Amino acid sequence: MIDIAWLIPALPLAGFLTILVLGRKLGEPKAGFLATGAVAGAFVVAVGVFFDLMSKGGEDRNHIITLFEWVPVGDLSIDLAFKIDPLSITMILFITGIGSLIHLYAIGYMHGDPKFSKFFLYLNLFVLSMLVLVMGENLLVTFLGWEGVGTCSYLLISFWHTSDANASAGKKAFVTNRVGDLGMMIAMFFAFQYVGSLSYDSINGAAHAGGSLPQTAATAMVAMLFVGACGKSAQLPLYIWLPDAMAGPTPVSALIHAATMVTSGVFLLTRFAPLLDYASPWIMTLIAIIGITTALFAATIAVAQNDIKKVLAYSTVSQLGYMFLAVGSGAYVAAIFHMITHAFFKALLFLGSGSVIHGMHDEQDMRRMGALRKMMPITFATFIIGWLAIAGVPPFAGFWSKDEILLFAYDKSPILWALGLITALLTAYYMTRQVIMVFYGKARWNDHAEENGAHGDIKPHESPVLMWLPLVALAGLAAVGGIINLPFTGIKEKLLHWLEPVVHSAERELSHGSEDIKWVLAGIATVTALAGIGLAYAVYSRHKIKAIEPEILAKGWYYDSSISAFMGGPGRDAFEGVAWFDANVIDGAVNGTGKGVQGVAGIIRKAQSGFVRTYAALIGIGVVLLLAWFFYRGVSQ
Amino acid sequence: MELFVFICAAIMILGGAVGVVTRSHPVHCALSLVATLFGVAVLFVAMEAHFLAAVQTIVYAGAIVVLFLFVIMLLGIDRSESIRIDPIKVQRPLAGIVGVGLIGIIGGAILQSRDAIKARGEGLAVANADNPVHDSNIKQLANDLFSNHVFAFELTSVLLVVAVVGTVTLARRPTKRGASDQSEESPDDSGQKVSE
Amino acid sequence: MTAAIAVPTTTWYLLLAAVLFGIGVVGVLVRRNPLIMFMCIELMLNAVNLSFVALAKALGDIGGQTTVVFVMVVAAAEVVVGLGIIVSILRKRPTATADDLAELKG
Repeated sequence: MIDIAWLIPALPLAGFLTILVLGRKLGEPKAGFLATGAVAGAFVVAVGVFFDLMSKGGEDRNHIITLFEWVPVGDLSIDLAFKIDPLSITMILFITGIGSLIHLYAIGYMHGDPKFSKFFLYLNLFVLSMLVLVMGENLLVTFLGWEGVGTCSYLLISFWHTSDANASAGKKAFVTNRVGDLGMMIAMFFAFQYVGSLSYDSINGAAHAGGSLPQTAATAMVAMLFVGACGKSAQLPLYIWLPDAMAGPTPVSALIHAATMVTSGVFLLTRFAPLLDYASPWIMTLIAIIGITTALFAATIAVAQNDIKKVLAYSTVSQLGYMFLAVGSGAYVAAIFHMITHAFFKALLFLGSGSVIHGMHDEQDMRRMGALRKMMPITFATFIIGWLAIAGVPPFAGFWSKDEILLFAYDKSPILWALGLITALLTAYYMTRQVIMVFYGKARWNDHAEENGAHGDIKPHESPVLMWLPLVALAGLAAVGGIINLPFTGIKEKLLHWLEPVVHSAERELSHGSEDIKWVLAGIATVTALAGIGLAYAVYSRHKIKAIEPEILAKGWYYDSSISAFMGGPGRDAFEGVAWFDANVIDGAVNGTGKGVQGVAGIIRKAQSGFVRTYAALIGIGVVLLLAWFFYRGVSQ
Repeated sequence: MELFVFICAAIMILGGAVGVVTRSHPVHCALSLVATLFGVAVLFVAMEAHFLAAVQTIVYAGAIVVLFLFVIMLLGIDRSESIRIDPIKVQRPLAGIVGVGLIGIIGGAILQSRDAIKARGEGLAVANADNPVHDSNIKQLANDLFSNHVFAFELTSVLLVVAVVGTVTLARRPTKRGASDQSEESPDDSGQKVSE
Repeated sequence: MTAAIAVPTTTWYLLLAAVLFGIGVVGVLVRRNPLIMFMCIELMLNAVNLSFVALAKALGDIGGQTTVVFVMVVAAAEVVVGLGIIVSILRKRPTATADDLAELKG
């Protein structure tokens, strides 16, 4: 079964090509079902490969399928090869699984859109790129997928590109990603320089004392990879594109900006676990610090957001921060675990919010929602499960993964743990706020309805079956997803053992101190979550405490606007200066050379007097010189 | 005796050459050319190339110079040109350099290679003590021409035909083909007459 | 008249030919009348013929004289064509000199 693992990217590719050619003819909804079928087919193959892999032993689980030699240049030989090992198959499973659910959802969500087929075209391309990214055997194949998902992100964010804001959001995402990509490319250069190969196995193999990779180079590589990861996974300082990316359709937000693309950074760092382990410790601490800072930063902003999707966007940034905190603490398994559970509940929350938006006829402001639980029961029920999961309430999936991360953070440094705890509190708080504002309270959608240009009363309604079916499936996963890595004996730590070949020596061992108080820490985390929920309840439902939503938080600590101001002001001047330099100095040099040649030619042209006798005289001079040379040659011999 | 012949011929040749270059009247130049050609014919005889001397006189002096004179007379360009000054100022110095340079280098080469001209070729047997009886010069020439160089010989006959036909075509007056041609031509003719 | 007086050797003939050639070159460069320029070219050809014959005698090779035959034939053909060209040019512009035919001016 592993031998046909190449089918996994091939099916979305086939879907993409088919829709490319026949999309318009297929139309709605056939194009959508075709796309969903392609991804679902890939999922089925992935499941088969998974079981096949499970049946093999521990170390035997690393398979490489080489398609062809891609770049044979001198000493460097890069193959287009796929690596099937526990980490990649895990990623493939949830990419294709959640991907197919979201495809199904999108058929209902994009109903009536004139560009229906194009949407699925891009979605399939995205799934293909993401699969290439995680299945890559070497950095270059991964980079191919990396760029592919960036491109699809741009295409999909600005899907409704007739609006300027959407187009700008797409561009912002692409440009910010590009800044991160620079880091990735420099890391590839380092790898080529020191290891001579871009293959993961080679680089990880060289990452030990005495290998061909010195520690400073390894640290530099890790730093560069982290820059790339910051761009893709929206960490400080490159997170600014993610909130704006909410301009895209909700299935896009769910798939790309919650479950898959943004996790690429975490995936990349986990792939390089031996390398990270070998690098200097300070880079790991830096990763952890940036992770938790981002988490806290984003959580504070989420508290004051009124757009239903923006809350979830900042929440995604925050949760990704948690994953980087885990990576920085050496807890790769915990990071992957949280990635998986986050994919479940965040996709669920996004799809749920999409369902709300759809039911509210494209209204996205939470202040104009309220009391929707009776009008949209299925959405409500699934959203509640997602809410409990993200808040970290046991026994839902989010609790187990978040707790694991906090445990390892505590082991690294109690300060990190404390910050993580505060972030967890805020997470519970703002999610509860969202639930209350959307589903409880007074129905506010008809207030000021005429002012806001609505025609008649809005009647919110439940979404069609194509939309709530994936919601139910994801809710189930969010509820029970924790079992893949429960810290109990018996079904203990399945994911840890599964991922062992990938991370083996790099995984941090918990010190005994932490091991002992792990249940205490779990209890503290639960209490924090419940406290957050209770606080939000008091503020927004009972109105006992006044809501604190300061302007500075709503505007995201003015981080994004300061970047825009900088780029628009001094940045633009700098760019114009560079453009001036290019036009005048570089082009001037080129044109100037041309003009100089013209000028000289104009002067020399005067020698063409037209007088035949002068030409003859010059020929004669030439003959004399030639004869003189021959004579000289003859004499000197 | 040979020396005397050589000196006389040399004087004719050089005198004629200088005359061609310096005389202003074209007919005088043509006559100086005849002197040069005749001097060369004399030297041919001195070098026992009798056939060539004859051909030189007949073809060069007898036909080519006559052709020149025909053209001079026909075109009526026998007016003297002023050779006192040259409109292109740099021309005379350049010509001087070229002339002196050429003569100097070629002369030097000749003097340098005096001893190298020794090898005995084929086919030219001069009357000397070795073989008092030999073919005449014309016979030897004919032997060589029609055996070793017969192909080139045939080509030269083609060349002559081509040259004649080409020139006749080239120098023909355009035949009058209609009123338009006629009207085009006459202004030129009248223009010519005025400028004369 | 015995060997007390010098005998003209091959070298003398060659030197004479060289001088004749040089004069011809100077003539071509200095004269402006096209016909006279042509005559100077004939001088150059004659110089070449002279040296060919001198060397033929010195080397005992009849090939030199054969070459002279061909040179003469070609010179004759060349004169025919050249004069034809000069005639057709000078028919239109009878007072033209070499300097007036300057259409090659760049």
